[in-house]
Amino acid sequence: MAREIGEPGVAKSSTTKKHKRRKSKKEIKTRTVHANILYDQAKGGDNPNRHYANNKIKTTKYTLLSFIPKNLFEQFHRFANVYFVFIALLNFVPVVNAFQPELALAPVVFILSVTAIKDLWEDYRRHRSDKEINHMDCLVYSRSERQYLECYWKEVCVGDFIRLRCNEILPADVLLLSSSDPDRLCHIETATLDGETNLKQRQVVRSFIDLDTEFDPLKYNSVIECEKPNNDLNRFRGYITHRNGRRDGLYKENLLLRGCTIRNTEEAVGIVIYAGHETKAMLNNSGPRYKRSKLERQMNVDVFWCVVILLVMCLFSAIGHGLWMFQYGDKRPVFDVLSPEGTDLSPVVSAIYLFLTMIIVFQVLIPISLFVSIEIVKICQVYFIHQDADLYDEETDSHLQCRALNITEDLGQMQYIFSDKTGTLTENKMVFRRCIVAGVEYSHDANARRLAMYQEVDSEEDEGLSRGGTLPRKESLTSQHSGGKAVLRSQSTKSHRRTGSRAEAKRASILSKHTAFSSPMEKDITPDPQLRDKVNDCGSQMEFMRFHNQLLSQISPDLQDVFDFFIALTICNTVVVSSPNQPRQKVRRFELKSPVKTIEDFIKRFTPSRLTSASSSSSSTSLATNRSSSHRACSSLLSSPSAESTLARLEEERGATPGIRGALGTTPACPHAGGSVAGGSDEGELRYEAESPDEAALVYAARAYKCSLVGRLADQVTIELPHVGRLSFELLHTLAFDSTRKRMSVVVRNPLTEQITVYTKGADSVIMDLIRPPAADDSKGKRQRKILFKTQNYLNLYGMDGLRTLCIAKRVLSKEQYASWLRRHLEAETAIQGREELLFESALRLETDLHLLGATGIEDRLQDGVPETIAALRRAGLQIWVLTGDKQETAINIAYACKLLDPEEEIITLNADSQEACAVLLDESLHYIQAKFLCSSSADPCAAGVFQPDYATLQFHAPPTSSGTAGPVVVHRLGLVIDGRTLAYALDKSLEDKFLAVARSCRSVLCCRSTPLQKSMVVKLVRDKLKVMTLAIGDGANDVSMIQVADVGVGISGQEGMQAVMASDFALPRFQYLQKLLLVHGHWCYSRLANMILYFFYKNAMFVALIFWYQFYCGFSGSAMIDQWYLIFFNLMFSAFPQLITGTLDKDVSADTLQELPQLYMNGQNSEEYKPYMFWMNMIDAFYQSLVCFFIPYFAYADSDVDLFTWGTPITTLALLTILLHLGIETKTWTWMNWASIAFSIVLFFMVAMCYNASCPTCYSPSNPYWTMQRLLGDPLFYLMCVITPIAALLPRYFYRACQGSLFPSPVQVGRQLDKVPLGLRRHLVNQRTAHRTPLYPLGPPFLKGCSSKITDPYSSNPKQKAQAASPICLKSMEMKDTPGSSKNPVNHLEHHDELSLPSSEIIWLTSTPLMPQMECVQLISPPSGASPGVTYQKNQESLDCPQQNILKQTCGERLSDSPDSQ
Amino acid sequence: MMASSYNIKEEDGHHSGSSGPGGNAVRTKKPDNTAFKQQRLPAWQPIITAGTVLPAFFIIGLIFIPIGIGLYVTSNNIKEFEIDYTGIDISSPCFNCSQSYSWNTTTSCTCSIPFSLDQPFESNVFMYYGLSNFYQNHRRYVKSRDDSQLNGNLDSLKAPSKECEPYRINENMPIAPCGAIANSMFNDTLDLFYIDPNGTRTPIPLMKTGIAWWTDKHVKFRNPGGSSSNLTAVFYGTTKPLSWPKPVYELDTDPENNGFVNEDLIVWMRTAALPTFRKLYRIIQKKNSLTPTLPRGNYTLDIVYNYPVRSFDGRKRMILSTISWMGGKNPFLGIAYISVGSVCFFLGVVLLFIHHKYGNRNNSSDIPN
Repeated sequence: MAREIGEPGVAKSSTTKKHKRRKSKKEIKTRTVHANILYDQAKGGDNPNRHYANNKIKTTKYTLLSFIPKNLFEQFHRFANVYFVFIALLNFVPVVNAFQPELALAPVVFILSVTAIKDLWEDYRRHRSDKEINHMDCLVYSRSERQYLECYWKEVCVGDFIRLRCNEILPADVLLLSSSDPDRLCHIETATLDGETNLKQRQVVRSFIDLDTEFDPLKYNSVIECEKPNNDLNRFRGYITHRNGRRDGLYKENLLLRGCTIRNTEEAVGIVIYAGHETKAMLNNSGPRYKRSKLERQMNVDVFWCVVILLVMCLFSAIGHGLWMFQYGDKRPVFDVLSPEGTDLSPVVSAIYLFLTMIIVFQVLIPISLFVSIEIVKICQVYFIHQDADLYDEETDSHLQCRALNITEDLGQMQYIFSDKTGTLTENKMVFRRCIVAGVEYSHDANARRLAMYQEVDSEEDEGLSRGGTLPRKESLTSQHSGGKAVLRSQSTKSHRRTGSRAEAKRASILSKHTAFSSPMEKDITPDPQLRDKVNDCGSQMEFMRFHNQLLSQISPDLQDVFDFFIALTICNTVVVSSPNQPRQKVRRFELKSPVKTIEDFIKRFTPSRLTSASSSSSSTSLATNRSSSHRACSSLLSSPSAESTLARLEEERGATPGIRGALGTTPACPHAGGSVAGGSDEGELRYEAESPDEAALVYAARAYKCSLVGRLADQVTIELPHVGRLSFELLHTLAFDSTRKRMSVVVRNPLTEQITVYTKGADSVIMDLIRPPAADDSKGKRQRKILFKTQNYLNLYGMDGLRTLCIAKRVLSKEQYASWLRRHLEAETAIQGREELLFESALRLETDLHLLGATGIEDRLQDGVPETIAALRRAGLQIWVLTGDKQETAINIAYACKLLDPEEEIITLNADSQEACAVLLDESLHYIQAKFLCSSSADPCAAGVFQPDYATLQFHAPPTSSGTAGPVVVHRLGLVIDGRTLAYALDKSLEDKFLAVARSCRSVLCCRSTPLQKSMVVKLVRDKLKVMTLAIGDGANDVSMIQVADVGVGISGQEGMQAVMASDFALPRFQYLQKLLLVHGHWCYSRLANMILYFFYKNAMFVALIFWYQFYCGFSGSAMIDQWYLIFFNLMFSAFPQLITGTLDKDVSADTLQELPQLYMNGQNSEEYKPYMFWMNMIDAFYQSLVCFFIPYFAYADSDVDLFTWGTPITTLALLTILLHLGIETKTWTWMNWASIAFSIVLFFMVAMCYNASCPTCYSPSNPYWTMQRLLGDPLFYLMCVITPIAALLPRYFYRACQGSLFPSPVQVGRQLDKVPLGLRRHLVNQRTAHRTPLYPLGPPFLKGCSSKITDPYSSNPKQKAQAASPICLKSMEMKDTPGSSKNPVNHLEHHDELSLPSSEIIWLTSTPLMPQMECVQLISPPSGASPGVTYQKNQESLDCPQQNILKQTCGERLSDSPDSQ
Repeated sequence: MMASSYNIKEEDGHHSGSSGPGGNAVRTKKPDNTAFKQQRLPAWQPIITAGTVLPAFFIIGLIFIPIGIGLYVTSNNIKEFEIDYTGIDISSPCFNCSQSYSWNTTTSCTCSIPFSLDQPFESNVFMYYGLSNFYQNHRRYVKSRDDSQLNGNLDSLKAPSKECEPYRINENMPIAPCGAIANSMFNDTLDLFYIDPNGTRTPIPLMKTGIAWWTDKHVKFRNPGGSSSNLTAVFYGTTKPLSWPKPVYELDTDPENNGFVNEDLIVWMRTAALPTFRKLYRIIQKKNSLTPTLPRGNYTLDIVYNYPVRSFDGRKRMILSTISWMGGKNPFLGIAYISVGSVCFFLGVVLLFIHHKYGNRNNSSDIPN
């Protein structure tokens, strides 16, 4: 519902009527909020707010009354619990009962109550915190008292006015109506919501902005209409309707969210819109998700098999019993007792009854305590992971958080890792490296040297790796580069160390704990002398001109560009300035104005008469009051809104634009000298808080050139320029960054030229698309083209360097252009529905015809240990895919830097423009892979070596042949690079299989320019189609969907907020911790749990089988020789503790060895510890052991006068001993806790047995085991059996383990043996092993040496280069297909390319990053549509001959039509 | 490599944490560096390979075989004599009795079986009766008793537990002792006579008491109303189990061995574990050290044949046995020890072979590889 603006003429009554009608219509969709004080007397009566939730929160699940039923209800959702209750209830049926019914209930009750107590405790804690929160204080306006009164949070209602003071936490979602801030702003910190520590500005609702007097709730009588409560933190829309019929839009900027903290604002008043559970914060509060781990899924299958075994055993017994009954015929033996009713049961009926009885007797086979035990073990595991000091990050004082409690073991089974790049692999600490201004590159050598120094400090101990680093550029632009390959090659192995030294980082963190301030490394930028000179030049010239009243536009265009470039760097952002003494305190406000929000405003400001006086006085005043005054300076210089202003008047104004321009010419000139001096002293202390680190980097970079941002208000940006001094730019609009546009813009009025200027900053690909094509052929146009061309070249090189590139452009708007744009923009802003889309379109309209100023290269440094971590993870058999939104070149280079791509491997690059092309490309790459690796796997891999050329550039030109999708499963030394557009095609249903087939045969996959949705689609595709375990790791909001889709989501709790962390299962402070998390904790958790589960199955089967064997000797009557107490408590008590200890503490291999030998991780990937057959092996072993435990006492007591339970008790004892010894064999590390727990179990059993057997001579029917144990303890036979039985039972397993350990040790066992080796020797051995690449795994993936095949392709035809249209606009879509390995310069097909292209040798050395001279490279580039299918397959020798043709590809044709702005 | 870098980090962290400004004041969330929390508890890590388990196998073998031999010899020294008096065979003296007898017959049938002992039984001789195919361990049978009635509880005497059904009440009178176990009590009477070479039958004194567990006799089983009172009066109002010829208070004449504390009853009530079992019937006490308890020679076993076993193909036996410290004659444990020991020894040899052939590869050459 677009809100119409500018209709104040409509009568008030009709508006309200209309409003009411509307309201009733969309009652469902919106919420209407009135002020409560209007209804105070009739509270609860006709107050329209009464239906809304109040602010009392209750996150508890239960109440005192509902706890038992509700908790039971929830617990019975678990199938196992229902099953056990069913069994227990079955015991109450007399004909089938096996145990005392009450006793049979015990385990179920025990399990249920343990869970219930846990739930109760959690709920109690929730209740406590609820109570605490509900009883916090806040000020609520009371009608009767006519003032704000202290209230509890829970008493706050929708429609209440509350007053908020500084540092108070918001009790509810509040619409900001008044603020003590002179700008009518309110600063909030949203750390609790999204973890972002920077301040956010919120604004008073427009209608209340101009209120000069204090806000009086009594005068308020507007009605607010807004959305229903929803959980979108970044959206709020609605409007407020005043008594006079005026309506204003409400935005998220007006809403203060519950949980945020008010900062920097003395006082604010607002009206509660959403309260309690309807607040956005609460709606976002979803509990931890329940994920089921792979191990648990596998376990459930085996639980099912246990059920089958149980049923088979029961059936067997039932049939046996039937037959046993049948053999007696009519002669009823005395021991066959009649049923209680005295009726004789037929064999069939008794068999049926017996079946049920047996289910009860054998119920232990389904491990009732398994589920509880697993939960306990997992909680302990989580505890230990949490406590690991190695996963603790000193700098941020954070450690790993396990947010999902039940998938720890999945960490040990990962097969694919999907990683975000920025902030995950890299630090997301942006350091300005170099820039291009007006086509001239400034390489910032000193800066590079400085960065290298930071690096050295940190990498001292790391001599092993060559430290080429970001080598400072020593030569000048013209110097020749010789032997470049070697140097560049060595640089490729540079180690990216963490920014700055640790001590330095620590200092920084102490200084700015929990804030978003940048580290010194990001701040101290050494300016490039050349550029500095130019800036100074420019400044002085400008000063001179202004002094002489010359028009500024007469400056040379180069200098103009330099000047604009720095202005853009400084103001085109959303950086907030604060001073260090009082963090978060705004430095100063110079003026009080908001951005142009209304047409009236526009007119007002652009009316010549007013403007002149206002702005000149304002800026001078501002300087005067700069540092001294804290009160409002020159507060309301602008007169109140002109009532008569209408759109009509705007139309009139248009005619007067030239006049305006002239008037604007006399702009405020600051007394620069004083300003700059003062600014200089200040400068060092100003702090910038930016939402994205790129912005801060740019601002710091500009500051290095003395162009510093001094202050930012909602409507004005003040900067300080060399020689010129302070300048205040009127900030008309800020078009915020979004990921679709990939750019942001500010609209300002330049105080020097009075032009309305749009400064745009964004990804080079989009900005280049939006550059105004240079005019035809005059010198200016030529210059423009040259600049464009050069800039593009440098951008490509930056990309190869792994720098993040941003283009800076500007556009000067004429007044008419601006006015017409503004009108539509305002419409968009006030629209309620589809506002986002409208604003988006509006932004698109503005950001066209740009003039390129320059570009920047920002280095995003790799995090500490990323290459090592990736190498280790890869050796662990993990496939690592990087999904990034960055541009292809940047991504590839980061990938090289972090060893994701290997110089030795080939790279397949997929760039397609259409679905068909994509299909063809995929087919071709499949062909290629098959052909290539068929060849290499066949006899002569050496042929490849011989032919191994420096560059094998293959170009496929899609032939329509398609082949089967039988994907190669072997992973080759191939890298796949695919861009977002192609990915979109590849993810299509029809192509996804092929895509996967290609991707899975590559060792690493890199998806560039992918959107969050694509990221999650890729993860989902791999997870579902390949049936593998996937882990997604990311740090930003754009990774959330991916994190949620993956089996395990890991969030980096870095600098980009908490969204990723909130969505994740595990949150890590650093990427490198992933190594220990997976390789060590994952491995441990997996192997511990897997072993514990197997042991559980074994244990229960072994125990139950004892009773089963007995059935053969008791006429299958369901009798048990084991006392029912032992039978029921065996699992719960006697044998429970050791396995919990082992399941929690056992370490099959030490942490050090696990990290040194990542190959051991494959153990978990292949589920080596718990394979399906192992379940059956364990079952067989269990049956064997139970046979031994049964028959040794059987024969020992055969034909003796032993009674049932005197015979059964030793069996129980023997079973217990055997089971514990079995655990002993399976336990790999024996700490004192293992010993203690086993000893405890045995002692516990005997103590319980003694007490139980001595307690009551007449109880415990039917066993009545009075004095049995005591008597047994005096029987030497008992001890003799205790010695022989466990040994005989465990002999096969022990022998098997010994043979296995000697004959075919698993890698894990080898690792364990390595543990024993002294540390020094071990390290030596491991290094040796890794150096030789000896696969620990005999079946590990064969590392086929890449071989370049000599396939002769029938389709070899001419590449369609010449057919490609070369238009200047093509530039923007020019894709550099050049691989880093080739030393050709990327030349695009501009008309004058021969004259403009630089000599290739000049460019090579510009790239400081590692090129890959030896890399083979396969490029798959689809030809423009319509091209004849064909494959070009060229040897590098040939390609060297015609490099420019082969390497450069343009795929511009279709790209053009895609750009959204081509209306 | 990793380990050392981690250590460096830790030290570094500690250092800067303590020396940095305000480092002491800031309470970090750094996990405690304790062995337990860092999972570094000192531990014994056994590695199971042929080489390491080798000694265990040999030691087990070497210990078990002598024990086994000892057990076997002990078991063989026990003298045991067994006689089947079921009377399945027509030639058997008890054939007639076995054919005619059922639970309902009231007249008793007697038969006597002559036998001879080749060796004298030296020490105390235990006389057992053995039953085969008698499933005393049947689930419903085992439950069919009332322990508190047997313990002399007067309430239970008059109102036995439901578990005793359908042997709980007969003709509106509670059965004492109730239940199927008591109902099916073994009631043959066995008497031994020594036949002198001159033909005279000398009855051998059989001890009726001391055959039950002491705790059973004195704790679990008690007559209602204490031991001194008149049993007939106490049991008034109850009726005898259906199969019994006489009520429980007429089981014996000795008041100490009558009623519920009758040791034959107590022994019977301890249900056997396996369908073939023996129960202690009498003890023949050693007279003195000079004469054997049962000298070589001929004997006669006189049987009052009451107990029918034909319905379930059961067998009845009389067993005379001496016992050793490890109980009755049972060579099984000895054999088991010997065989397990031998197997261990054998496996030890196999492991030795494996260790010799492959072990070295594992311990030294395989790892460096």
